[in-house]
Amino acid sequence: MGRPGGGLDLSYSEAAVLAIQREMQADPRVVVLGEDVGRGGIFGQYKGLQQAFGAERVIDTPISEAAIMGAGVGMALAGLRPVVEMRVVDFALCGMDELVNQAAKNRFMFGGQGRVPLVARMPGGIWDASAAQHSQSLEAWFAHLPGVVVVSPSTPQDNYGLLRAALQCGDPVVYIEHKTLWGLRGEVNEDIAVPLGKARRVREGNALTLVSWSRQMQACAAACDALAAEGMAVDLIDLRTLWPWDRETVLASCARTRRLLVVHEAVQVAGFGAEIAASAAEATGCRVARLGAPRIPVGYASVLEAQSRVGPEAIAAAARKLLG
Amino acid sequence: MDPSNSGRSSGTALYRTMVRIRAFENAAETASQGGVSAYGQQAAGAAKVRGPLHLSTGQEAVPAGVCAHLRTSDYLTSTHRGHGHTLAKGADLARMMCELFGKATGFNGGKGGSMHIADFSVGMLGANGVVAAGLPIAVGAAHAQKLLRKSDDITVCFFGDGAINRGPFLEALNWARVYALPVLFVCEDNRWSATTASGPMTAGDGASARAASMDIAATQVDGNDVFAVHETAARLVAEVRGGGGPRLLHALTYRVKGHVSVDLAAYRDPAELAAALETDPIARARGHLLDMGVAAATLDAIENAARDEVDSALAIAEAAPWPEPGAAFTDVQTTGAGQWT
Repeated sequence: MGRPGGGLDLSYSEAAVLAIQREMQADPRVVVLGEDVGRGGIFGQYKGLQQAFGAERVIDTPISEAAIMGAGVGMALAGLRPVVEMRVVDFALCGMDELVNQAAKNRFMFGGQGRVPLVARMPGGIWDASAAQHSQSLEAWFAHLPGVVVVSPSTPQDNYGLLRAALQCGDPVVYIEHKTLWGLRGEVNEDIAVPLGKARRVREGNALTLVSWSRQMQACAAACDALAAEGMAVDLIDLRTLWPWDRETVLASCARTRRLLVVHEAVQVAGFGAEIAASAAEATGCRVARLGAPRIPVGYASVLEAQSRVGPEAIAAAARKLLG
Repeated sequence: MDPSNSGRSSGTALYRTMVRIRAFENAAETASQGGVSAYGQQAAGAAKVRGPLHLSTGQEAVPAGVCAHLRTSDYLTSTHRGHGHTLAKGADLARMMCELFGKATGFNGGKGGSMHIADFSVGMLGANGVVAAGLPIAVGAAHAQKLLRKSDDITVCFFGDGAINRGPFLEALNWARVYALPVLFVCEDNRWSATTASGPMTAGDGASARAASMDIAATQVDGNDVFAVHETAARLVAEVRGGGGPRLLHALTYRVKGHVSVDLAAYRDPAELAAALETDPIARARGHLLDMGVAAATLDAIENAARDEVDSALAIAEAAPWPEPGAAFTDVQTTGAGQWT
C-alpha cells in the first residue's frame, strides 16, 4: 500500500521481509537458516521467503542454535552470506561459542585469511509476560566483543535499510530487533539507504541530548513531548547502530547542550549507556546521566515486569534532574 | 609437494607425510621448551614457540591416510592439535613454523600461533581452541558446497574423542545427516581428554555408536596403521564425494605426549604409554614398506629430507620479522574499525 510520501506502508516485520527479499534477489549468496523460517518465522519476519526462494535458500533447521550459528560461520567462510535466525536473543546464548569465539574472531585470528559475513538476527527486549528467559536486552555484551557490528533498529524504515546494509556488510552483524516492534507500522521508502554506524536525529533541541535506541525510542519520544510542554526542547538521537556508534553526532550534540541522558531497556549496570556517557564526559566535559533497568531478571506478572520497564515518566524525571 | 592423489597416496608418500609431521612437531616441541602452559609453569624468555603447544605425536597416520585423498579445493576443519592436519592438507611447512614463532610471515601473520594454525589457500580452515567447535563450521562449509553445486568437493572434519561429549558434536552430526551433506567426520580417538582419560567420561560405545544412532555409517579403523587408514578413507571419501551423505571414520590412535608440550603426563600409567609406543605408526609403516621391498636408503632419505626441511624452516622462522605492532589493529573488522577506545 502506498503512502503520501511515495513509500510503502509496512510493519517493522514486513520491512524486514522486504529487505531480505531484495538482498536475496540481488545476491544469490544470501541464504536464511533457522527454526521455523520456512513458515515465515515466529514473528512473520521471513513470511513468504521460502515460497519465493525455495527450501534450499530459506532453510528450516533443527533446534540447534550452536549448529545454526556454527554452520553459518562455515557457510560464510565457503562463500555464502547467511542470515542466521536465533529466534530470541536469549536463545542465541546457546550458540555463543560459535558467535563469540568463532564468527567474531575468525578474520583476526587467521590473519585475514577468512571473512565471516553473516547476519545473526536475535530479537530482544521485554516481550509481554514472557519472563526472564524471553525478555532480555543483551546488546552491551555484543558491543563489548571485537569483530562484530551491533544493530538495533527502532522503525520500519530503519529495519528495512539497516537489514539491507547488514546483509551487504563483510563483517559479522548482530542484528537485534525488538519483539514488541514487529507490528509497528510506518512508511518505508526503498530508495532510502540507512548506513551502519549513523545515528538519526529524531528531534532537535538545545536543552538536553537524549540518546537511545530500539523500542525505548518510543518512551523517549513521549518523554520529549512532556518536556516540550514544559518548555524544554530535547535533542533526541536514535543510535540505530551500537557498534560502531555514531560518536560524531552524539558528541557534537553534547558539546552544544552540555547535558546528556542515555536511556536503554537493558539493565543499567554495565550497560551500553555507560559507554556513551563516559565517552561524552571525556570528550566534552558535559554532565551525564544514565537510565536503564534495575539489575533484576525480568519478572512475569505485570506488576513485576513493570519494575524492569523504563517509561516516559522516569525518563522525563531524569531529564528534569539533569537540567535542574 | 605433489598435490595429486597418486602423489600422496603411494606408500612412500604416506611415509613422507608422517615423517614430516613428526619432524615438524619434534622441532616445535624443542622450540617451546620453557614455554607457558595451562598448568602454571612460567614462560622462559628463551622459548621460541610460546603459549600452549598441542602435539599430535603418535597420531600422524590419521591425517596422512585421510588427507591423501583430498584435493586442495576440499575443506578441512581441525582441532587444537592441528599441525598434522595442516601439513597433510598441503600447507607450507616453513610458513607454519613462522606462525608458531609468531612471525609476520606465518600463515596468520603471528595472530594465531599453533592453536589457530590455518592455510585457507589449501582449504584448511583452521585449528581451533575450542573442543568440538570445528564440527558445526564443517557442516556449514559442506552445506555451502552442496548449495553451490560447483563440484564434488567435500569437507573433512577432524575432532577428538573428547569432543563427542560436547553438544556441537551431536548438533553437527544431526545437521549433516538431515541435509545429506558431503562431509567426512574423522574422530581421532587418542584416549585422552586434556588430562583426563576419555573412557570413564564417555557413556556408551563412543563416536561410532553415536554416529550410528543418527543413521550415519561409521567405520572403525586402526588409526596407527597408515595403510589401513588410507584404504578405509579411500572408500569413505569416495562415498561422500559420490553424494552418499556424511560418513564417520573412527580412528583408534594414541596421544603419546601430554595435553600440551610442557605437560609431562605424569597422571598416566607408564605401561599404557609403553604399550602404545609399540604400535608407533611411523615405525610400523617403515617396517611394512621394508617388507614390501622399499629400500631402507629410500626411507632414510625421506627422513633426512624432512629433518633438513625442518632445520631450514627453523632458520627461516628465526630470521623472519616480527609483526608490526600496528597489525594488532588490522583485520578486526571493517565496519567500526578504527574506533579502538
